[in-house]
Amino acid sequence: MSAVVQAKGLSKRYGTTVALDNVNLDIQPGRIVGLVGPNGAGKTTALKAILGLTEFDGELSVLGLDPRTHRYELMQQVCFIADVAILPRWIRVSEAVDFVAGVHPRFSREKCQALLARTKLKPTQRVREMSKGMIVQLHLALVMAIDAKLLVLDEPTLGLDILYRKEFYQNLLNDYFDEQKTIIITTHQIEEVEHILTDLLFIRDGRIVLDATMDQVAERFAEVMVNPDQADAARALKPLYERQIFGKSIFLFDGIDRARLAELGELHKPSVADLFVATMKGTYA
Amino acid sequence: MNTSSMNTSALMKTGTPMNTFAWLLKREFWEHRGGFLRAPAITALIFLALTLMALITVELTTHRLSFDFNNLHIQQLTEQIANNDLAKVNTAIDVGLLSLGTPIGVVLFFVVFFYLIGALYDDRRDRSVLFWKSLPLSDTSTVLSKVVAAALIAPAFAVAAIIALHLGFLILLSLYALLHGVNPLPLLWSPLHLLGLWLKLIALIPVNALWALPCIGWLLLCSSFARSKPFLWAVAMPVIAGIMVGWVNLMSQLSLPSTWFWRHIVGRGLLSVIPGSWMNPDTFKSLDVFASLLSLDSIKALLTSADLWIGAAAGIAMIAAAIYFRRKRTEAYA
Repeated sequence: MSAVVQAKGLSKRYGTTVALDNVNLDIQPGRIVGLVGPNGAGKTTALKAILGLTEFDGELSVLGLDPRTHRYELMQQVCFIADVAILPRWIRVSEAVDFVAGVHPRFSREKCQALLARTKLKPTQRVREMSKGMIVQLHLALVMAIDAKLLVLDEPTLGLDILYRKEFYQNLLNDYFDEQKTIIITTHQIEEVEHILTDLLFIRDGRIVLDATMDQVAERFAEVMVNPDQADAARALKPLYERQIFGKSIFLFDGIDRARLAELGELHKPSVADLFVATMKGTYA
Repeated sequence: MNTSSMNTSALMKTGTPMNTFAWLLKREFWEHRGGFLRAPAITALIFLALTLMALITVELTTHRLSFDFNNLHIQQLTEQIANNDLAKVNTAIDVGLLSLGTPIGVVLFFVVFFYLIGALYDDRRDRSVLFWKSLPLSDTSTVLSKVVAAALIAPAFAVAAIIALHLGFLILLSLYALLHGVNPLPLLWSPLHLLGLWLKLIALIPVNALWALPCIGWLLLCSSFARSKPFLWAVAMPVIAGIMVGWVNLMSQLSLPSTWFWRHIVGRGLLSVIPGSWMNPDTFKSLDVFASLLSLDSIKALLTSADLWIGAAAGIAMIAAAIYFRRKRTEAYA
């Protein structure tokens, strides 16, 4: 099957600031991709380009369409939740459902009603009367009822409490995702999504610095807890990152032979968060 | 969910342009129910209440002064009028009923003016534009739905409110007349005449809309273009331009008088959404002229004037520009 998102030399400048610098991407169907980067790294710009909300240089095709010129067709196949709390404040639950049902050919009213029945939302309730968490429940119910090929989530759980965050990802995984669909997520709460991701994209200063499947990540990267006497030997293998804990050193290695590392100390699978910190060190310096 | 919307969505296929446009119009109505429906309705109710209060005051005062209505021979009077000059009476009633509708016209102006200024700005400010843009809606149909809402839907509700006000007013007057033993039917209720008046009001909706196109276009353009304070853009730009033109005139004695600029550019660009603003105010002096202004001749004269069509073309160009900026801009500063 052909790629859902394909970018070649994707670039975007705001004045003198480079938001995207020659980005190449190839996202296949049926993947859940985490687009992770520090603030201002270009995540949102990349998503906006994919959604046809901004001009850009270079080549980009989403589901085989150019998002700049075919936004209308694209939006039949693509859904996005740009941020929490962006639903119009005046709209009622029933009006939102009616409207999306009226304009979206791939929307299922039954599925949406079933999703809403699991929440405390009432049909006459207006968005302005809802908490942030309830707004996300409504938005997610609307979006999940659309049979779209690509779902883009930009910080979808920002400012939500842990109950809503857990529910959000659980719903997404259990009731929405299948092999036909592709999801791109940006979030700062990586720990909460790392177990659902299939692919990882790290972006820094407008460039992709890591593009790997989670399996590849597990193969390539390893964390070793080393006693002080072995520390120098570990440093000789050029670790990505080093931190101290309880008098021991923890080293993060990229692509070093497992057997060699096992001699130095106890091996761990690094968390994506640790990997992120190691990759992004010095970003704000 | 309400059944009527389910029926309409069953009738029309989801995703067709016409169906989507109908939903966009419905969306505008949902959001602006207060301005489109409630504001003219409340204005009408206030005027009916005032009429009722006035009638009660008259009734109480006449009672206190033991004023005898029968001495006035109203019945005789009406018969005489009916025989002699019914046309004149009808004109007077026309003028009376039309001026009764004026406050609703003023309310409609304010509603539409501020609706247009916010139409393509408010959703950028609260970021909900990203929700609308996540749906398969073209920017063109979005902007056009706002044009139709301002040009046709809001005025239609206002005309409905005016007709309801007329009816209420005539009923109150009739009850008052009956209270005093006068038959109101021949004087107040000539059905053909009333129907003609109302049909004219309805027919004027598209005429007013054509005349208002430059204003609709300009306000939507500012709403779509401004990163902040669209009201200031909309009002300050033409006014400053007018002042500049006046100043340049003063300096160079151009053949184009600056009153022309004020009237045709500033006035038309900002105020032509006032219903009936195409009527020439110089002729308001006598009742007859006022009534003849709404005659078919004056409407025909307007429809064949270059003024109307040049303005309409400018309006359409500005609406196209508003669509262009709608595509480009998703941000606004609060």
